[in-house]
Amino acid sequence: MSPIFVLARMTFVQAVRRRIVLTGLLLGICFLIVFSIGFHMINTGNIASLAPGGGKGIQHIIDAEKSSGLFLAGLYAVTFLGIAMAALLGADTLAGEINSGTIQVIVTKPIRRSDVVFGKWLGFAGLLGLYLLLLAGGTTLSILVQSGYVAPHLFAGLGLIYMESLLIMTVAMACSSRFSALATGGIVFGLYGLAFIGGWIEQIGAVLNSPTAVQVGILTSLIIPSESLWRRAAFEMQSPLSGLLGISPFGATSVPSLFMLAYAMLYLLAVLALTVRVFQKRDL
Amino acid sequence: MSLAPAVETNELRKVFGDNAAVKSLTLQIQQGEVFGFLGPNGAGKTTSIKMLVGLITPTSGKAALLGAPIGNRSTRARIGFLPEHFRFQDWLTAREFLTLHGQLFGMERQRLQAQVDELLERVGLSDFRDKAIVTYSKGMLQRIGLAQALLNQPALVFLDEPTSGLDPVGRILVRDIIRELRTQGTCVFLNSHLLSEIEVTCDRVAFISHGEVIRLLELASLDTGQVTVSLRVSGLSQETAAGLSPWAEAIHLEGNHLTLTARNEETLPEINRYLVTHGAAVYEIAPKHVSLEELFIETVGKDGGL
Repeated sequence: MSPIFVLARMTFVQAVRRRIVLTGLLLGICFLIVFSIGFHMINTGNIASLAPGGGKGIQHIIDAEKSSGLFLAGLYAVTFLGIAMAALLGADTLAGEINSGTIQVIVTKPIRRSDVVFGKWLGFAGLLGLYLLLLAGGTTLSILVQSGYVAPHLFAGLGLIYMESLLIMTVAMACSSRFSALATGGIVFGLYGLAFIGGWIEQIGAVLNSPTAVQVGILTSLIIPSESLWRRAAFEMQSPLSGLLGISPFGATSVPSLFMLAYAMLYLLAVLALTVRVFQKRDL
Repeated sequence: MSLAPAVETNELRKVFGDNAAVKSLTLQIQQGEVFGFLGPNGAGKTTSIKMLVGLITPTSGKAALLGAPIGNRSTRARIGFLPEHFRFQDWLTAREFLTLHGQLFGMERQRLQAQVDELLERVGLSDFRDKAIVTYSKGMLQRIGLAQALLNQPALVFLDEPTSGLDPVGRILVRDIIRELRTQGTCVFLNSHLLSEIEVTCDRVAFISHGEVIRLLELASLDTGQVTVSLRVSGLSQETAAGLSPWAEAIHLEGNHLTLTARNEETLPEINRYLVTHGAAVYEIAPKHVSLEELFIETVGKDGGL
């Protein structure tokens, strides 16, 4: 078996044994329960009175908008949980093993150091995939069962959310190959905060028609393109109507271009390559 | 065909910042040899080992293991390594842990399975094979670490302080394992500051200080019993003393004090007989084995080379 897969499996088993998966699973289920109850209460509440005398058509549109809005709000929370999980997994991995010395008996085996990086990356990618599948899949199913609503471009949107968590995990691993776990955590959440604020500046800038603000937002997306992935995901999955209406707290007004998505993909690959390089050169 | 040396280094050097942890290490160790690496704390022993096994990149100099330059990936399949203060993936059981490392060695499944069972038995952990390593005592950790280093039946194994944390029973186990390795023709590079440990297991030792070999010693010479003897005699001339040369060397007479290095302990009665028949009165014969500890102190000094 290729050492990459041996290490990927080890990473996966480690997360299971150290109860990371269990904790994530329990919190995820709590999230889904709260979300489902909340959605149920709002869904059965009589918002129809907002459209007195409206026909069935209007009622249908209002229901769809309500479901769409709540769906995006739910996925916004899911994205955040995914990012937190990604940052925590990535931050501890190399730094933690270098610190404890467990890495010494691994890299002295007849394997490449890059195998260690790729193996861990794959293991975490698998974990994050399952985690997001549970949370995002649960959110989608909960809404589908209760209201019959399915967002447009669901798979494209979920794919982008997954990619965002992979991006954050990769950045965390890169920092972790050089800095301590704690410093890595600080750096990654700092960058995430930057992207978050940049994203809002861009959105508000777009609404207020301020090209400078939009450019500031795009600039922060170049520094770390995580938030633009979420905004593209939200754009893909928002209802056509809210797309027309403009700003919504969880939707997207200034939509990241396909170039930005390509940039994010290249960014991820470049950071992964950098991780390999730093880890190869490092004295352990 | 002559075998390539197990370890060969040439002016190997590592500098951290402006501190040279290893100044210039030049060594040659043959295959099948049990080699002791001795030195005070901070002498650069662990840094040297880490350079050899590829954890640390040397600042300058050259080194080869089993004939291939250090860092060669396929050579690492024939090398075992037990790091100092090592920690493991302790959420695994002993058997899972060894299987994981065997897979990383690229070992074929059946051979690996057999090796895992055999080694667990050898290091006395068979009864704990399915217990998570996190529950292990310090001594048990050291044993599983040793098993890990021997999984691939290496031609060369680096043991960095293998007996630290072990009780006397564990130490004897390590000693026996090292002897077995020697009979199997495995080269053992043993880093320890337990001198008695080195004394009973090694063929040769290097004393290092500030990352330089300051003395190389065949331990066989300690074992086969060259004895330094100090005698108190009267009525002995320099010429008569010089006549002791068939049994001893480094003969030195000063007043009533005679010191010499006898070939072995068995020659002492003969030396005594010679002195008496040549008219000297012998008051005291005190043989003195030079222990490695004394040599160590003599070589690195009491300050430990600091």
